[in-house]
Amino acid sequence: MTASQSDVLVLGGGNAGLCAALNARESGASVLVVECAPIEFRGGNSRHTRNLRCMHEAPTDVLTGSYPENEYFADLMRVTGGESDKALARITIRESAHVSPWMKGFGARFQPALGGTLHLGRTNAFFLGGGKALMNAYYAAAKARGIEVLYNAEVVALRIVEGHFESATVLVNGAPIEIRAKTLVAAAGGFEANLDWLKEAWGDAALNFIVRGTPYNKGKVLKLLLDSGAAPVGDPTQCHCVAIDARAPKFDGGIVTRLDCLPLGIVINKNGERFYDEGEDLWPKRYAIWGRLVALQPDQIAWSIIDTKVVDRFMPSVFPAIEADTIEELAGKLQLPTDRVTGTVRNFNNAVIPGAFDHTTLDGCRTQGLSPDKTNWAQRLATPPFFAYPLRPGITFTYLGVKVSEQAAVIMSNDSPAKNIFAAGEIMAGNILGKGYLAGFGMTIGTVFGRIAGREAARAVA
Amino acid sequence: MPSHNQLDLTQEGARIMRICNSCRYCEGFCAVFPAMEKRQTFLDGDLNYLANLCHNCGECYYACQYAPPHEFAVNVPKLLAEIRAKSYRTYAWPRPLASRTAVWSIVTASLVLSIFYARGVAGRGGDFYRVVPHRTMVLAFGGASVLVFVALFAGFIRFWRNSGENFAQLFNPKALASAMGDALTLRYLDGGGGGCAYPDERQSQSRRWFHHFTFYGFALCLASTTTAAFYHYVLGWKAPYGYFSLPVVLGTSGGIGILAGTLGLLWLKGISNPETQAGPQSGMDAAFLILLLLSSASGLLLLALREATAMAGLLVVHLGIVLALFLTLPYGRFVHAIYRSAALVKYALERSRVKAGWKAS
Repeated sequence: MTASQSDVLVLGGGNAGLCAALNARESGASVLVVECAPIEFRGGNSRHTRNLRCMHEAPTDVLTGSYPENEYFADLMRVTGGESDKALARITIRESAHVSPWMKGFGARFQPALGGTLHLGRTNAFFLGGGKALMNAYYAAAKARGIEVLYNAEVVALRIVEGHFESATVLVNGAPIEIRAKTLVAAAGGFEANLDWLKEAWGDAALNFIVRGTPYNKGKVLKLLLDSGAAPVGDPTQCHCVAIDARAPKFDGGIVTRLDCLPLGIVINKNGERFYDEGEDLWPKRYAIWGRLVALQPDQIAWSIIDTKVVDRFMPSVFPAIEADTIEELAGKLQLPTDRVTGTVRNFNNAVIPGAFDHTTLDGCRTQGLSPDKTNWAQRLATPPFFAYPLRPGITFTYLGVKVSEQAAVIMSNDSPAKNIFAAGEIMAGNILGKGYLAGFGMTIGTVFGRIAGREAARAVA
Repeated sequence: MPSHNQLDLTQEGARIMRICNSCRYCEGFCAVFPAMEKRQTFLDGDLNYLANLCHNCGECYYACQYAPPHEFAVNVPKLLAEIRAKSYRTYAWPRPLASRTAVWSIVTASLVLSIFYARGVAGRGGDFYRVVPHRTMVLAFGGASVLVFVALFAGFIRFWRNSGENFAQLFNPKALASAMGDALTLRYLDGGGGGCAYPDERQSQSRRWFHHFTFYGFALCLASTTTAAFYHYVLGWKAPYGYFSLPVVLGTSGGIGILAGTLGLLWLKGISNPETQAGPQSGMDAAFLILLLLSSASGLLLLALREATAMAGLLVVHLGIVLALFLTLPYGRFVHAIYRSAALVKYALERSRVKAGWKAS
């Protein structure tokens, strides 16, 4: 087995790992990054992201209006229901005010703040070209600064003695290498691409999940750390899961597989039955529950059915809708029991109370007497042609992680922080985002804690 | 989703634009993506319009989470380069001339003719008009200019019609001014400040500068010819003009601009990432650049040697090259000047419609 050595070893080449590597290098340490993907797919789930959420008191070149600390904190508390380490949350939010100039220093580019065109333009700074462009900039900056990167490099063992990191065994293109380093930064993401691990919580249903992001987040480093005595944080059975187009590739389909038409029609399962109130609340507040709802249906599949009245009311999907002139024909094309489907639609149509439809507000257009009722945006499905989109649970990320201190040091099970082991990004995001989801917050946690981990890892070397 | 070799270019264009339209991460790069977002379907005319808005840098390719080896295999610069090359052939008038064989035939014929002529006049001294009479020059180049103008105009009409615009819309001063500004500054080659990802992944302004050298060099050469014509016909001053006369200064600086610009563009083309290029079109693009380069090099050489005995042969060969350049303008890379400008006018028109609250088609 060959050997290698550096001051700081970073496991994971996504946003958090690169931020840690760059900051450690700026502090004078030698840095080696280990990335398990090949170069074309480097960057973990960061390559699918688009923006990060930043606190700011006044408009900046990349953000409109203001997004003060308290509003940001309140938003976080609302989505997590308080499942968040409040001290770490405050650090993340306050530091987020300073990250964009730092990022630009390493070649990051942002879209100019355009009021109105992007509805998240106040709270979120958008990367020009998206997350992969950002990762390309970071990798170029890393190369220019002499940071070495190993691709196709899978971590198979960590030697941690009494809470002290000694070395890692890494398979590079299948050949084992022993890497010794003075400090370790674990930034290798969650386990959402590990269907076997997901099966522990979801049973065989997990086999029908679609992984929206990278196939490389198998949670190996997370598991090795937990096995070495790192204290866990977050619910191991929970994941962020949305309903996406069932025709999406098993992995890496990313943003284009999303479907926003669910509240505009009805959603049925393979028995042709509705199973949840499609009009419960505005879509941005409800889309995250639908992954779980579909996961609980037989064979983890469902169909969103709409009619011609609403076709131009949602973002175009990458997959064409399945189209038919009658509900019977549509049921046939979907290979669903025709009688059940037509019965469901007939009952739904008969239960619709006429009202003024407005898909932009809670319009109160509802059904009466159904179980479950649809409580907003209920319109009769009566204008052919009819359209259907198949739905599957699309898993985005997992919440289980390692517990960290304010210095990003991994807390061991005896409750004391490890001296030379740090963590950043999704592998520790559960400390702050214990539940729910806030757009662009994962990148904020990764950037803020990546910088902290890099700085502290370099400091621990000296 | 079928792989892209199974589909023809229009189907493949629609497939990829549908992915882009569901993603939209690239909307900050250039005009192509905002223009794409105004559409839900992508037919021939839409794709030709988008292709002619594209400068074929690689920003969106490097940034794309769906670029090969991802199974979606999205490569917008290559796709649009292929569609653009096809659109040049579709809009050309007369259409059969927009082929590699036709362009090479025109070039070869012009050069062979000029070499024959050159053998006949070898050693003749004095001024240019004793080698090639003024009337012959005016007839040859006047005639060629008319043909070229008609062909380019016909191409423009075809493009404009295919893009779904009507001719009344064309006389919108605001849109024309906006498009002219975009074209003259190469706004979308600026990548929002740092330049484009061309010839490789890094941002660079080099292509923009070399294009400026070429374009403004070409403009100076036209200005030189126009000034010389004014001297000849209006002022009655006959050539040759002194080294520091206006036509010669304009022509010399223009020639140097073209020389530097075309050499730079050819060099960038040579080292550009082949993944983002359309293979067959590259030869045609290079042919145009080489003819421009040869025109300028032979023109400058002629100026330097205009007192020498080699002048006569050189003059005829120079004129042969310029004639070949002129005659092939409507059938090669030069047409991008027409279609890209027209696409920018359409882009400005579409934006003004959205601002005015009309629904874009």
